[in-house]
Amino acid sequence: MILLVDLCYKKDSLSGYEFVHPIANILKRIEAPHGIVHYTGLHGDLLESAEKIILCGTALKDNAYCEQIGQFSWLKSYEKPVLGICAGMQIIGLAFGGEIVSQPTIGLEKIEIIRETPLLGEPRQIEGYHLHNFGVTMPDGFDLVAGVQQRAEAFSHCQRSIYGIIFHPEVRNRWIVERFANL
Amino acid sequence: MLGVLFSGGKDSVFACYRAMQKETVACLITLVSENEDSYMFHTPNIRKTDLQADAMGLPLLSWPTKGEKEEELQDLKDAIATAKEMYGIEGIVTGAIESVYQAARVQRICRDLDLWCFNPLWQIDQIDYLRLLLSEGFQIIITGVFAYPFDSSWVGAELTQERIRKLEVLQKRYQINPSGEGGELETFVLDGPLFKKRINILRASKAYENYRGRLTIEDMRLEEK
Repeated sequence: MILLVDLCYKKDSLSGYEFVHPIANILKRIEAPHGIVHYTGLHGDLLESAEKIILCGTALKDNAYCEQIGQFSWLKSYEKPVLGICAGMQIIGLAFGGEIVSQPTIGLEKIEIIRETPLLGEPRQIEGYHLHNFGVTMPDGFDLVAGVQQRAEAFSHCQRSIYGIIFHPEVRNRWIVERFANL
Repeated sequence: MLGVLFSGGKDSVFACYRAMQKETVACLITLVSENEDSYMFHTPNIRKTDLQADAMGLPLLSWPTKGEKEEELQDLKDAIATAKEMYGIEGIVTGAIESVYQAARVQRICRDLDLWCFNPLWQIDQIDYLRLLLSEGFQIIITGVFAYPFDSSWVGAELTQERIRKLEVLQKRYQINPSGEGGELETFVLDGPLFKKRINILRASKAYENYRGRLTIEDMRLEEK
């Protein structure tokens, strides 16, 4: 089961339709078993039973999750695959010692994949939908996968299958979620 | 407190419905475009949204725009800023499904005005969504067609399971957006679970030529449900 973690401002919010349901629908289309939990309801048993975790994005003005970073300390020792999307990438960065930085971007932008990974494949240029006011600096122990060092579009943990992408794969890049499901 | 960008078509009505289930909707905002080919705003029958607002028991802020490509964005921003001042809204709701063009522009306006932006139909499966509209009890008519292969039978037709099946076939054969967000179809909502009264069309005229057609509603009234 792939566990989708809803990072929105409250449980069962209006934003869930926009940032969580589209990811769930991609998994539904490929018949990948999945469940949804709000980050305030995450607990050890759920983390244990999940095969993979996706930390979903939030609305542009929604940064409440940054105040609750203690809820994500499990990431440091989690051995299963994790994908952080936008806010989720920021959470991963913060959990591993990165810092939140102002990087406002809205709309379709070119993305330069510079390092081959099982998630994004070979180096090449793609286009992705961005919706964020903040990015995160590269944490120690992570490789830059797309973008530039000061403005990471995607990163991955050096040893584990932990990925962060700042753009929204549910828009025109559903293959990324599908590929993560099949990792 | 939210304001809903409201065209009177199914997407903005359903977005409003979802918003009302989770938050408080303070007003509807309609841009009345003088340009029939507006990039941003649904045009046929847009002046009829006042009756829908009455049916839903919500205040309507109706804002004129010439509908010229970039100026209409400023008009939209002015309308939203006015709604913020008049109704104290903290966010905007749109019915965007796939259109990155529309969504990104509204997101930027909301950022500039320090407002939340909600798109509760974003990336929804379009055929599932059309079926959901019917199962939730919405009554929707097609008020405009603007693409091959829609024939005149679509103009003024009610959205039914049979029409949805036809749209599904057209999606596979011609890659049209079954929800019509690409401008293929325009709709008008007559009734739904958030309507306190239903709309009855008393008189309408139909024009159709060469895969473009419109139903112009000339007279309608609210009726008890």
